[in-house]
Amino acid sequence: MRAMVYRGPYRVRVEEKPDPRIEHPNDAVVRVARAAICGSDLHLYHGMMPDTRVGHTFGHEFIGVVEEVGSSVQNLQVGDKVMVPFNIFCGSCFFCARGLFSNCHNVNPNATAVGAIYGYSHTTGGYDGGQAEMVRVPFADVGPSVIPDWLDDEDALLMTDALATAYFGAQLAEIREGDTVAVLGAGPIGLYAARSAWLMGAGRVVVIDQLPERLEKARTFAHAETINYNEVPDVVLEMKLQTDGLGFDAVIDAVGAEADGNLVQHLTSARFKLQGGSPIALNWAIDGARKGGVISVMGAYGPMFSAVKFGDALNKGLTLRMNQCPVKRQWPRLLEHIQNGYFKPSDIVTHRIPLEHIAEAYHLFSSKLDGCIKPVIIPDAS
Amino acid sequence: MTTEPAHAADPTPPVYTHRKPPLRETPDQLRARIPGWGADLDPADRPSYPREIDADTGAHWDLPERQPEHGARERSIEHMMLTPVFGTAQPLHGLSGAIRRYAYQRHSEGKAMHWLALLAADRVDVVENVARSIVTGHPDNPLTETGLTAELRHGRSRFGSGRSDLRHQAVDPVVNGAPWVAGALAAAWAVRRVARR
Repeated sequence: MRAMVYRGPYRVRVEEKPDPRIEHPNDAVVRVARAAICGSDLHLYHGMMPDTRVGHTFGHEFIGVVEEVGSSVQNLQVGDKVMVPFNIFCGSCFFCARGLFSNCHNVNPNATAVGAIYGYSHTTGGYDGGQAEMVRVPFADVGPSVIPDWLDDEDALLMTDALATAYFGAQLAEIREGDTVAVLGAGPIGLYAARSAWLMGAGRVVVIDQLPERLEKARTFAHAETINYNEVPDVVLEMKLQTDGLGFDAVIDAVGAEADGNLVQHLTSARFKLQGGSPIALNWAIDGARKGGVISVMGAYGPMFSAVKFGDALNKGLTLRMNQCPVKRQWPRLLEHIQNGYFKPSDIVTHRIPLEHIAEAYHLFSSKLDGCIKPVIIPDAS
Repeated sequence: MTTEPAHAADPTPPVYTHRKPPLRETPDQLRARIPGWGADLDPADRPSYPREIDADTGAHWDLPERQPEHGARERSIEHMMLTPVFGTAQPLHGLSGAIRRYAYQRHSEGKAMHWLALLAADRVDVVENVARSIVTGHPDNPLTETGLTAELRHGRSRFGSGRSDLRHQAVDPVVNGAPWVAGALAAAWAVRRVARR
């Protein structure tokens, strides 16, 4: 099969690889119909995630058709069109039994601190991902779901991570009616999180970023106010001024490890890899929240330490909430919201790119060329 | 005669009183403007509330059947056993594999050495594979693999947009190129040393 492979920091290509096969009785093999590049894939692409091996196929957002099932699979059949949550989870361990699917203990031998994720290095289990023609899907009876007939393919694709994660992030922000909510980052997660904050009853939603085209999208798609941090002298001060000196009731970090806005932080993390991630957005969240406020961290960070302003968080009595999203828990309610017209997930897709052009797709997205917000990869574009 | 709220003429910022700053829009105005506003106002409607639930997952096992292990699969020393299911992509090999095995066998996830060794192994892995790609007749092509050709088609928007990351792009070639230069110097030093013997 043809598959994207990692060759080293900032270098990827398409190669011929052996087809995936059934390796466990509850495996399925899925022929990928659509995949996406996630902002967190860029952390791998930039060489930030430990144990990212040359030859690895990225991609944790994908949908496809079941090609083969293992001997114990009961809930899926060959030919089913499925959406696959980015979490690989067993459904029965201590954590899965409590709904913490993203923290499954039975799928990632490489680390206990993180569950397993498709195509996201060996730190998350060493599974090749979906930016390929085919992919191995473990625990076929637990993870994937058949895509409802009425649901558009790209809407289903975005349910597998971006939309679900953002919706989850808004929930972790513990928004109450009339709360002021700041969202740091106007990428896919930030845009969906802003939309989700309104569903929770936010009274104001302000999105903060530096890219004019993304801020425009925040105003039109997410109905939010915006701050371009390059156009204000001090973004934390601006957050206070915007809230009459109080600070925001809730702040959602939708940026993560490669945040810009502070040269030293960015260089020591994204470039020199001396931190697990650049905590610029997280520190702005801590300083821009009101005392007693809530911070929801949806941006991805690496497993190493980061220079977080923890003292401020302590002194302000903040609640910090975070996790990788347990995607499948979000689906029933999200499907209702899509049917009711509250979400049209694919509205943020800006580029559709054949798998064979994967290197250009990564560069385009990484460098944010051409107003790129969400690139979708088409394996069979030929 | 209208009666203004008691605080309307008070210039004191609300944060110094018990009052919450007033919102610009009422709930009715927000409901009219935002599709679905307040649909999940009740926490009970939020799928991740409460955080832990008694989950019905579709699993028809307590402990999953074990995936066959071919070779010694590396694992975190914090795991009590090899997990029943695991990825089999890119098994350990070469010097990078030895470094990775050392990281997994000797250091818990709590130690910086665990992660720093894995990061170091990643760089060694790249060098090993660049060499292998040359030997196997499928050499790396930095021009196509970096996707720089996208600059020609889509590059115009990089300029004049006020992006702050343009500031550090001046040092990027140094940062990204330094490991290669260092590796080349180390190799040259090693070759000279061997040649002198």
